[in-house]
Amino acid sequence: MKNLIKLLTLITVFFGFFLNTAYADPKKVGFIYIGPPGDHGWTYQHDQGRQQMMSQLGGEVESTYLENIPENADAVRAIRKLAASGHDLIFTTSFNYMDQTMEVANEFPDVKFEHATGYKRADNVSTYGGRFYEGRVIEGHIAGHLTKSNIIGYIGSFPIPEVIRGINAFYLAASKVNPDIQMKIIWAFTWYDPGKEADAANTLINQGADIIVQHTDTFAPCQAAEKAGVMAFGQASDQSHFCPNSHLTAIVDDWGPYYAKRAQDLVDGTWSSTDTWGGMDTGMVAMAPYNNKLMSSELIQEVINMEIALKDGTLHAFEGPINNQAGEEVVAKGQVADDGMLLGMSFYVQGIDGDIPQ
Amino acid sequence: MNIDLIIGIINIVLIATTPLVFAAIGELVTEKTGVLNLGVEGMMLVGAVTAFVTLVITGSYFLAFLFSIISGLIMSGLFAFLVLILMSNQVATGLALTIFGIGLSSMIGKEYIGTPIKGLNPYFFIILSFVIVFALSYFFNRTKMGLIFRAVGESHTSAHALGFSVIKIRLLGILFGGAMCALAGSYMSICYAPMWQENMTAGRGWIALALVVFSTWKPNRIIIGAYIFGGVSIMQMNLQAFGLSFPGQFFNMAPYLATIIVLVAISSNKLRIKLSAPASLTKPFFKGR
Repeated sequence: MKNLIKLLTLITVFFGFFLNTAYADPKKVGFIYIGPPGDHGWTYQHDQGRQQMMSQLGGEVESTYLENIPENADAVRAIRKLAASGHDLIFTTSFNYMDQTMEVANEFPDVKFEHATGYKRADNVSTYGGRFYEGRVIEGHIAGHLTKSNIIGYIGSFPIPEVIRGINAFYLAASKVNPDIQMKIIWAFTWYDPGKEADAANTLINQGADIIVQHTDTFAPCQAAEKAGVMAFGQASDQSHFCPNSHLTAIVDDWGPYYAKRAQDLVDGTWSSTDTWGGMDTGMVAMAPYNNKLMSSELIQEVINMEIALKDGTLHAFEGPINNQAGEEVVAKGQVADDGMLLGMSFYVQGIDGDIPQ
Repeated sequence: MNIDLIIGIINIVLIATTPLVFAAIGELVTEKTGVLNLGVEGMMLVGAVTAFVTLVITGSYFLAFLFSIISGLIMSGLFAFLVLILMSNQVATGLALTIFGIGLSSMIGKEYIGTPIKGLNPYFFIILSFVIVFALSYFFNRTKMGLIFRAVGESHTSAHALGFSVIKIRLLGILFGGAMCALAGSYMSICYAPMWQENMTAGRGWIALALVVFSTWKPNRIIIGAYIFGGVSIMQMNLQAFGLSFPGQFFNMAPYLATIIVLVAISSNKLRIKLSAPASLTKPFFKGR
């Protein structure tokens, strides 16, 4: 009996091997998500990207995702789990997976890794991110036209360059249209706390803001704006069905084309370690449909033209002359801010009141 | 500073603080009977998701709150069974209840994330929170039943010797706590930020636990403590919006810091009596002894 079982096992293993090699194995692509794919924000967009990759590459790739992975040592276990289970390419989709990604990448030199919004790379680790500040230019332009109180309420998460860059790009564009505009900024010190985000939005509205801009992850601020009857911009994804009467537009993170391209490179064997910081020209940053109940058709046409100008490079978010709060020139007339300055941005431009918390 | 601005600020503080009052007063009653339930966060989340899903399915706010409270009773009933009948460790069981609640609520709510609902006006619940706290203050200080509850929390053996059923009273305390935590959760998902998102209570259960200690187990002080924490958090947002730079991180940790100070204070025995911590807190009751 024992021998029979042994024999059967051997046959199974043999055929398993044979069948595996007989057919071209689809490549396996893994994703690590910080939230649930249904968050209608950051993770939702990454999952939309994954689905677009799957539909474009058909049967050539398989994909797996692990959701709600905290940005701590648990992330190492999750990434290692994907790497050890035969995944060829792994996308880690949040900034604070950076060291964890590097750690696992070091253990699995044959597996390719892609880390979103980070800056540490290796032969098998690429980084990628979007120039979301380009979308803030559009938002600032719209806000400059539409505000009646001239007070903009801006909810920041943490004072990191990504968020500060957005505030500056927004203000530069808004003040071009409306020099009297005033920014009121609340740092929530969280990415994710619907209650606190609503509190911040309500506080800003109470202080006279008639347009709410957010750089946190839930649609609570947009909902608060809807309830109070003021306007708002969604975040990371089209959130208009949560606040149809106040949602102007939103910056949409479109990862699909990038994921499809990188997976195709993997299949073709041409994958190499790169750093991608894609703007509107790559399609990685796009705008949600403009609300024609709140915006005039002229204004919509204006911002569509701005999108085109941002894509072809005739318009840049940070065109000189730009001064910092102390009045010192940081970008000269005729120049644009270089990527080094943008990536490390830790100052407000002239015209924004208050200090960045340290 | 005009009057509208101040009324607006008070309004936001009231809306933001109410869930803390509900959860903290529930936990206070549980602790008054000598049981520490660390499952507040988990029960809040299950209450929040139950209310939200019920509202989406039935469209009835009444049923949403009813089912939410029932879910709180079930969760806390489970806890009561484990710690009162099976005599499991209260701290470990409570922590397990929180972890269980986080997972269970995510599972129940998976299909409902991002479903838009119409939020409910919070003012009824704000008034209710004050009524409950003052009623409980009266209950503990002025009624015989209240004194029995306290006796069970102070010395369960004496209470037992006098013929009171320690287990039954503790069960009531735990169930009341569960119902209030669920109410706090449903208030969050239906009134405060009308949505369901995984882990949306974002640590308020732990602040509620801290508040019980901070209020030194006196119901009226729950109001004071909760409004200090809630008010400070909204004030720092207002100051930020006025352009004054403020260390927001400090205010995120302030409730815990204040609690540690109170805990250190009550670790000295003399003070402990003054601060009225239930003497039998976390001690299991064995009938035979």
